[in-house]
Amino acid sequence: MGKILINKATFLLLICLLTACHAGRNGRQTEDLVDKNLYIENKGSDTMVNLALYWAEKYQSIHPEIRISITGGGSGTGISSLINNTVDLANASREITDQELKEANKNGVQPVETIVARDAIAIIVNPENPIEQLTLKQVSDIYSGKINNWSELGGDNRPIVRLSRETNSGTHVYFLEKVVRLGNKNDHTIFSASTLLLPSSEGIIAEVQDNPNAIGYDGLGYITPEVKVLSIAEKEGKEYVYPTLNSVNQNQYAISRNLFIYSTGTPKPHVQEYLNWLLSPDGQEIVKSLGFIPIQ
Amino acid sequence: MKNTNMNKNTLKIGEQLVTRSIQFSGYSSILFVLMILFFLLYEGIPTIFEIPLKEIFSTRWYPIENYYGILPLILGSLVVTLGASLVAVPFGILTAVYIAEIAPKWVKEIMKPLVELLAGLPSVVLGFLGILIVSPFLRDKLHLPTGLTALTGSILLGGIAIPTIVSIAEDALNNVPNSYRLGALALGLTRWQTIWGVTVPAAKSGILMAVMLGVGRTIGETMTVMMVTGNAPLLPGSLNALFMPIRTMTATIASEMGEVASGSPHYHILFFIAVVLFLFTLLVNLIASNIGSKRIKRVEKMLS
Repeated sequence: MGKILINKATFLLLICLLTACHAGRNGRQTEDLVDKNLYIENKGSDTMVNLALYWAEKYQSIHPEIRISITGGGSGTGISSLINNTVDLANASREITDQELKEANKNGVQPVETIVARDAIAIIVNPENPIEQLTLKQVSDIYSGKINNWSELGGDNRPIVRLSRETNSGTHVYFLEKVVRLGNKNDHTIFSASTLLLPSSEGIIAEVQDNPNAIGYDGLGYITPEVKVLSIAEKEGKEYVYPTLNSVNQNQYAISRNLFIYSTGTPKPHVQEYLNWLLSPDGQEIVKSLGFIPIQ
Repeated sequence: MKNTNMNKNTLKIGEQLVTRSIQFSGYSSILFVLMILFFLLYEGIPTIFEIPLKEIFSTRWYPIENYYGILPLILGSLVVTLGASLVAVPFGILTAVYIAEIAPKWVKEIMKPLVELLAGLPSVVLGFLGILIVSPFLRDKLHLPTGLTALTGSILLGGIAIPTIVSIAEDALNNVPNSYRLGALALGLTRWQTIWGVTVPAAKSGILMAVMLGVGRTIGETMTVMMVTGNAPLLPGSLNALFMPIRTMTATIASEMGEVASGSPHYHILFFIAVVLFLFTLLVNLIASNIGSKRIKRVEKMLS
């Protein structure tokens, strides 16, 4: 008899707990709507995780009936999940490859590409530094430790102090692949050990602003007027391009890339609506606030 | 009769409850340390099987491309700690001597709380000071390529260690019986000779303990170091390393733990670094407590 009583008590307690959880999550309403599939699964590029989170947060505050789940893991992970039909949207900081397209078609998925933002990295120096422009190769040689004095580049006789973001930042990885290794996949050059790894964008800007020996890089959106932005040529003999919203959007600036979201060929209506919102002024405002370049 | 008995009983129960809870609080701190140690070992030991020892103790740290050499990080931490001791030990001991032996009473009453207030300064605030003032100043005056160096970190960490050293060393000096001073003065020693020949040597073990505890604080300090030392994993080779950027163990753990995939070799080696750090602080604390226990014996001797 006692046992049954206890069981009843625990049962009641469980019910209480469950209902409490339910109420706490404001659940009943959303749960019903999740049943109607108003759920967006979004996975992919680590560079875009923050952007995706901010987008999702804002969108969910406007449309409380929608639930968006964001996961990182890398562009490849996102695209392969899309191919296997386990996500609605895949974030990618690179274009889908032919191999991936073939696999997708085999699985009966038609990936549709949308450019949702652009990412550009500005190379910055102290305003006192007479250097105005560099080629990508020169920047690579600086960061890999082959060039150690500004005079080797026609500047003052000053040691070069290299500044970089920490290795956990997406910008660091992109810079490594695109600039230090010049986009060459078989190149295993890494940053010189003397590269200062600063924990924040602000730290880089502050040191460049203050130190005439320094060179740094950062997302174009984070650059303040107190530092000098260099013009960059993709190769020797090509035109030096100064990064601006315009030159980035017209694909002239070398250290920039498109950020994509891939959807399946026939997305559910609420997913398509979300995609459209990302490209709206509201969505692009968030792009700008995170240091990326909005689509014009 | 019955009533008083019951009262006694409840008193006993209450007493028991209090005793037990005090006992539990006492044991819990041991329990926590053991749990933390177990957790660190549990997550850190797999490194030994994933990465060859030779690679762990190599000289390049760039984990995202599988370079797992922690030697620059260990030496980096040691360089900053050493530099901080060079700043904090003389400053701390001299300040303690001044407060305990020389300062007039009213100065003493202002200085002691002020120094203790310094101990409460958040390290991130010191880091800001470092970035905005100390680092540009050092770069300018010493003509360094950059002000974000081990030296900058040492100076600021010295600032963190000084309050600890001052307050413990000052207590030790105060514990020296006044008869020592009076005796020395009666023998015709000057005040200076009394301080350096009698009072400070008499408080030696307490002062050493103060130094060790101060050093212990600097090894584990993270935020300030991360902000001002540049975090470049250069291998410190000579004394020159003090004027170059370095990367410490604490800064590495703090800046990389957030993004690392849990269970990966990179994740495990970060815990391995934490184990190394734990051993370092344990060692320093053991030395400090050894010195401390010797001091008690001396005091006991003096009293007997």
